[in-house]
Amino acid sequence: MTRKEKKALGRILIAGALLIGLSLLRPKGYWALAASLVPYAIVGWDVLWKAVRNIAHGQVFDENFLMALATVGALVLGEYSEAVGVMLFYQVGELFQTHAVGKSRQSIAQLMDIRPDTASVQRDGVFVEADPEDVAVGDVIQIKPGEKVPLDGQVLTGTSTLDTAALTGESVPRSVAVGDELVSGCVNLTGVLTARVTKPFGESTVSKILELVENAASKKAEAENFITRFARWYTPAVVIGAVCLALIPPLFLGGWASWVHRALIFLVISCPCALVISIPLAFFGGIGGASRRGILVKGGNYLEQLAHVQVAVFDKTGTLTRGVFELERLYPAKGVSEAELLESAALAEAYSNHPIAQSIRRAYGRDIDPARVTDVKDTAGQGVTALADGAAVAAGNEKLMAALGLKAASGDDVGTVVHVAKDGKYLGRAVIADQVKDSAPAAIAALKAQGIRTVMLTGDAQAVGQAVGARLGLDEVHAQLLPADKVAAVERLLEQKAPKSALAYVGDGVNDAPVLSRADVGVAMGAMGSDAALEAADVVLMDDDLGKLAEAMDVAKKCGRIVTENIVFALGIKGLFLILGALGLASMWEAVFADVGVAVIAILNAGRMLSVKKE
Amino acid sequence: MKKTYKLIDLDCANCARKMEDAIKKLDGVTDANVSFLTQKMTVEAEDGRFDQIMQQVVKCCKRVEPDCQIVLK
Repeated sequence: MTRKEKKALGRILIAGALLIGLSLLRPKGYWALAASLVPYAIVGWDVLWKAVRNIAHGQVFDENFLMALATVGALVLGEYSEAVGVMLFYQVGELFQTHAVGKSRQSIAQLMDIRPDTASVQRDGVFVEADPEDVAVGDVIQIKPGEKVPLDGQVLTGTSTLDTAALTGESVPRSVAVGDELVSGCVNLTGVLTARVTKPFGESTVSKILELVENAASKKAEAENFITRFARWYTPAVVIGAVCLALIPPLFLGGWASWVHRALIFLVISCPCALVISIPLAFFGGIGGASRRGILVKGGNYLEQLAHVQVAVFDKTGTLTRGVFELERLYPAKGVSEAELLESAALAEAYSNHPIAQSIRRAYGRDIDPARVTDVKDTAGQGVTALADGAAVAAGNEKLMAALGLKAASGDDVGTVVHVAKDGKYLGRAVIADQVKDSAPAAIAALKAQGIRTVMLTGDAQAVGQAVGARLGLDEVHAQLLPADKVAAVERLLEQKAPKSALAYVGDGVNDAPVLSRADVGVAMGAMGSDAALEAADVVLMDDDLGKLAEAMDVAKKCGRIVTENIVFALGIKGLFLILGALGLASMWEAVFADVGVAVIAILNAGRMLSVKKE
Repeated sequence: MKKTYKLIDLDCANCARKMEDAIKKLDGVTDANVSFLTQKMTVEAEDGRFDQIMQQVVKCCKRVEPDCQIVLK
């Protein structure tokens, strides 16, 4: 509790004790008024003072003024203990709100506690502590085990493992060595590292993430805007209702005191506080909780949309697949061993930088002595021939084999096929394909289980696209698309989707910015260290794990549920008490109790968004 | 130009909403956002008159919520 809160609590306790004493002693007449005014003043002086001050500033529908009016009205009607009680409960509610919201704010701040306080930077040969803001690009920083990486950089010396959980929600540490990129916000676990700073603090990953999450509060969800509009009208409407209630019925029915009393009940429940605080709190908590799991949501509106996703569109390369070519399978010709086929292919491709060649060499796994390979000839559109260990080796497509007078075998291979020959003999073929991500099948299955239509867009050939689509069980595959076609395809899907549902596009954020912005929710993944993705997308998955998408939707759905609960609950109770109050069935005590209770429960309910435990 | 300011003693969510509404209505302000949760205010206004507009914003906040202070850097 802060000092301010302690003071408020003290006043509430003293006033409460006096009120109890008062109800036991039961003073009569003016004594009762005089005795009630003491606890009333103790607990409510600031409300009265603010009411007067704000009226002077032209704030008519100020909640302080309304509370002051309601309680003074009760005093005039001779309901002394009611006046004190209402003020007391109002203050209890205020105190609780301040405390609960302060707590939530703190825990969100803790969730986002990735900002480094200091950096150890090299100055004149020694490492000194410095504010990360003062470290320039090109400076050398040192990170000891247990410390946060303060700035983005590149490792100069040392090897270590990094805990990236604060950024990605991923608990498996990542290992780094000399030359690797170092992302700020990670925690260094094992070894001492020195690194050269590559970005100023203001542009570092940590700064970007924090800025993004803090700005998220300004992109308001539909529900938030609804509440803001509602709040604008609710208070004036209830106050006008109160005035009507106090003036009109007594003209016909008489009994002024009773109708004024009922009108005062209206004033007690005229503040929309519970709603105005609990809805943004739920979204804010949701965004904070998600960011802890490595899911950055750029606004309450996107969190809201995520809950309504009915169509999920994926880019293939880099999203569903790793975007790295790997040797899928070897098909040696009769009498040839797989090892011989692979070695000949690797020798032929020894000097090529083509991704296909690299994947073959990776699969071969051993260093090739450059002296073994000579006379390399690269024929565009066909392949390579070379002399390796004195033998003529060739690796390429069917055309190359035909040029060598050989017949290439074929099958229904999905991927790129490399045929290999040695000394005029066909050795067989190697199939190289982009590999499906490990997390992809389960993620797609999880989405389909929720009834979400899954679509894949790819620039690759139909056969490749279909094969990946079939393996993952996707509903639709659109292949051979140019980047502009992808936008058109998404637009077609947007037209087809049901109203009020949303379409999410998931890409790597590198070259699909137009599509990301066209979709209702643009999701970029594998974004750690990629600025383009952070900029372009509405939702950013910090690592490569596709499973995070369903997780993000779960968070969004939970948030949506809590928001609906709070709106229905708060509006329902307030509406109920307006009716009960108008009919004279509720006392002022009950009204203030309901009002404060609704606020407390709604805030506690919104607080549930802050729990980040994984199911 | 868009600037963010820290707020001290912003005590109620409804006041934040009222401040935001009032600031948005000021002449020269294109957009404003008062976040009760982050205790921060973002003001977007015309470049040339920004400082002058900010004086208006401060006055406006004083009127709506006298307890709340804007930290002008």
